[in-house]
Amino acid sequence: MNMNKIPNEYHIKKQNLIRKLLMDRSQPGKIGAHTPESDVPKQQQLPSQYLRDELPLPEVSENEIVRYFSQLSQFNFSIDHNFYPLGSCAMKYNPKINDEIASLPGLSEIHPLQPEESVQGALKIIFELQGFLAEITGLHSTSLAPMAGAEAELAGMLITRSFHQNNGDNHKTKILITDSAHGTNPASAVMAGFDVISIPSDQNGNTDLEALRSAINDDLAGLMITQPSTLGLFDTNIIEICKTVKDAGGVLYGDGANLNALLGRIKPGDLGFDIFHSNLHKTFTQPHGGGGPGAGAIMVSEKFSQYLPSPIVRHSANIQSENNYSLTSPENSIGKMGGFHGNFGALVRAYSYIKTLGKQGINQISLDAVINANYIKSHLQEYYDLPIKRTCMHEVVFSASNFKKLNGIKAIDIAKRLIDYGIHPPTMYFPLIIDEALMIEPTETESKETLDYFISTMIQIAGEAKANPDILRNAPHNTPNSRLDEALAARKPNLRWKKK
Amino acid sequence: MDTKKFISRYTPNTSIQKNEMLKKIPGVTTVEDLFADLPSNLINPQLNLPNALSELELKNEILATSNLNDTPGEFSSFLGAGSYRQFIPSIVRQITSRSEFMTSYTPYQPEISQGTLQAHYEFQSMICQLTNMEIANSGMYDGASSMAEAALMSARITKKKRIAVLKTVSPSCIDVLKTFLEATEIEIDLINNSTSLNPDTACIILQQPSFLGNLEDLERFSNLAKKNDSLLVVSVDPISLGIIKPPGDYGADIVVGEGQSLGISTTFGGPYVGIFACKEKFIRQMPGRIVGQTLDTEGKTGYVLTMQTREQHIRREKATSNICTSVGLIALGTTVYLAALGKSGLKQIANLCYEKAHYAANMIDSIPGYTVVNNGLFFREFVIKCPIPPKEVNLLLIKNKIIGGLDISSDVENGMLICFTEMNSKKEIDNLIDSLKNIQAT
Repeated sequence: MNMNKIPNEYHIKKQNLIRKLLMDRSQPGKIGAHTPESDVPKQQQLPSQYLRDELPLPEVSENEIVRYFSQLSQFNFSIDHNFYPLGSCAMKYNPKINDEIASLPGLSEIHPLQPEESVQGALKIIFELQGFLAEITGLHSTSLAPMAGAEAELAGMLITRSFHQNNGDNHKTKILITDSAHGTNPASAVMAGFDVISIPSDQNGNTDLEALRSAINDDLAGLMITQPSTLGLFDTNIIEICKTVKDAGGVLYGDGANLNALLGRIKPGDLGFDIFHSNLHKTFTQPHGGGGPGAGAIMVSEKFSQYLPSPIVRHSANIQSENNYSLTSPENSIGKMGGFHGNFGALVRAYSYIKTLGKQGINQISLDAVINANYIKSHLQEYYDLPIKRTCMHEVVFSASNFKKLNGIKAIDIAKRLIDYGIHPPTMYFPLIIDEALMIEPTETESKETLDYFISTMIQIAGEAKANPDILRNAPHNTPNSRLDEALAARKPNLRWKKK
Repeated sequence: MDTKKFISRYTPNTSIQKNEMLKKIPGVTTVEDLFADLPSNLINPQLNLPNALSELELKNEILATSNLNDTPGEFSSFLGAGSYRQFIPSIVRQITSRSEFMTSYTPYQPEISQGTLQAHYEFQSMICQLTNMEIANSGMYDGASSMAEAALMSARITKKKRIAVLKTVSPSCIDVLKTFLEATEIEIDLINNSTSLNPDTACIILQQPSFLGNLEDLERFSNLAKKNDSLLVVSVDPISLGIIKPPGDYGADIVVGEGQSLGISTTFGGPYVGIFACKEKFIRQMPGRIVGQTLDTEGKTGYVLTMQTREQHIRREKATSNICTSVGLIALGTTVYLAALGKSGLKQIANLCYEKAHYAANMIDSIPGYTVVNNGLFFREFVIKCPIPPKEVNLLLIKNKIIGGLDISSDVENGMLICFTEMNSKKEIDNLIDSLKNIQAT
């Protein structure tokens, strides 16, 4: 036993002190912020029936709040502290300069409804970013209105719907979605009024062309496909898929969650995509923030440009000024996706990122990301099942099924054990078509040293899984909480503080 | 910068290291071999992007771009209409800038996300307390999308097909509502105080205070909804809840709202955070992320994302919403703000907004040629009728370093929607009034 360990009761006391909720810390009379007195003459109050009786918010001092949240923060893993081999999430380094630029008062303090002539700088940034993303994806125009990837998907599906209806094709009601797609794809298609049909993948992880052809009828509205797929593979049938869908009058929608693998290597528009979205919080480094905010850019080919969600920034140079930017709504726009102009703070960070790397650096991202993923794959494939044996793109999908057969060790056990070694778990149980999937995406921003540590840790865990499986089943061991009872949370929902 | 030998500072591996790594990959000699699956006729296209910039060059360039904007702070501003300039205590940005919060992932792995999860449980608690509702989720994209999701949820719950929206709801929220409902069977009825309700109405949506600043009669609409077996959805200005009776007191079924005013800078419209609270019985129909308290294997209290079987990553096409990445960090900022302001602070901020707005309203109403249009009660926003088109008023005001109110002349003749917060000093307000007088005189 380690004699330096503190007595167990002090572990509990310490834990209780740190985790005490704000309302339980509250004491009458404490304040966390000084507010000024009114400098205008006293006005007549609202009638009492409009006034609230009590305002049950906490009363805590400023320094207590800082200590509380700082201690809580240390319970988190984060990109600045940990490696996140989290497939399809592109958890790459979030450059600090982007945050500093986004907090410039001239960008963070402006109001969305200021007259256009007073926000030319902000509009210039949006306009240029629209152009950068159209160029990167090889498409005609961009809307930055969607506030997340899923909203961009919804926008894309609404565009598909409007497009068909404008052509009198109201009978086109089916969207085909590959079975490796993110859950947001079918959820978004349904929100746009479509019926969803799942298309299987073939043995090589490509879209099954026969299945695709046999699913195509007169009612085809379009296909949603992720390229590279969530198996981390470039779908080599893509040209044929595009042709098949388009010949049948369908729209080709690309989910750009994995755009990182294609940056500078190939333009989705060149492959034949009509609509393509990008999650700016993945590929373009908006920090993930513990679950957002993100931003979803949507790029389209020329024939869909008049359907984009509003606003779009347009530029017309005139004699008085080169800065003559304005917010416009495309002719057949599907409308607004949010109250204002999209998540501008995230747009500024993406803009800053693209300007930092420029054409020279944007070109290198996919090279490094793909080398890193294949380096991991090469080292781990003798220890973990590799269901599809191909050169991968930015991510590699293993299966823990060999361990499950051996002694019941599951993907989640391997993932949770990684936490003990200071590594965030990979994406698990996704894509759904791989049993016990472990989906690993290192991104381009991880060093060889980190990858080597990860590889040796995964090999170590593979050994532990055989020799000492309980150590995996009980992992993680050094976190503020051990595994949590999610079934209890759902069965007896406790979603807020209540007076004891 | 010498762009010929450009090395990204965000990719750590040198070309020597990359060559070593490539040697470990079977069947590959060059990096291009890794891209052999890509169509060879389309690979390595021209990329027409600007050249890379050093950090110094970038900062100077974007600073110059940002200086093209007229920035509130340097200018006094009286714009509101759904986005509000409020004082933000330093601790809000300090805490949200901590990389443990800012650069962490969505808390799917609860053992290493207790910081985010407990903070979001605090957020849900405070939103419930502020609105006097039973449960809340951990935030939506923004107030407008939150309202649209409330409409969809009401239709799911009631199995009815019409949404009654008061005409005094923010036009941009109505626009978003239209986008979200476009592909559904749900129809929108824009109603006023005297419209009778269609029996197939899933919910009444109103905004408190209304877009034009007025306090709506929640009691009346609550009764109207009940009689019609419709739900009552109220969109709130959360700052107003520092003093105004919360929708929960009137039996509201769903409360939504734009949470930005609670500690988030205006940032040209986003990212913000949508408030979403409702009655507990609707929990399984709620969209968005929900954090719940539970126990770990050792019996210790902890937090998890819960009710995930509603969500797209489990339910796919049958999910209650397609939401995935939401606004975690913004919800955290709001939580810190509400903790800092607390019981007395939020009340005082609400009072300051109220007092300043009413001081200004009396003064403006007394200027010849200007009238305050609102004849009922208002909180901190109201409509003034200007002697000349508001667009022209604003062009003249900006010369005095004043950003005026929102031009709503399409709805109210020469109407300007004007807003006051604690950020507007008496001096600023008096300056505005003097400027309006002069405009009137010209």
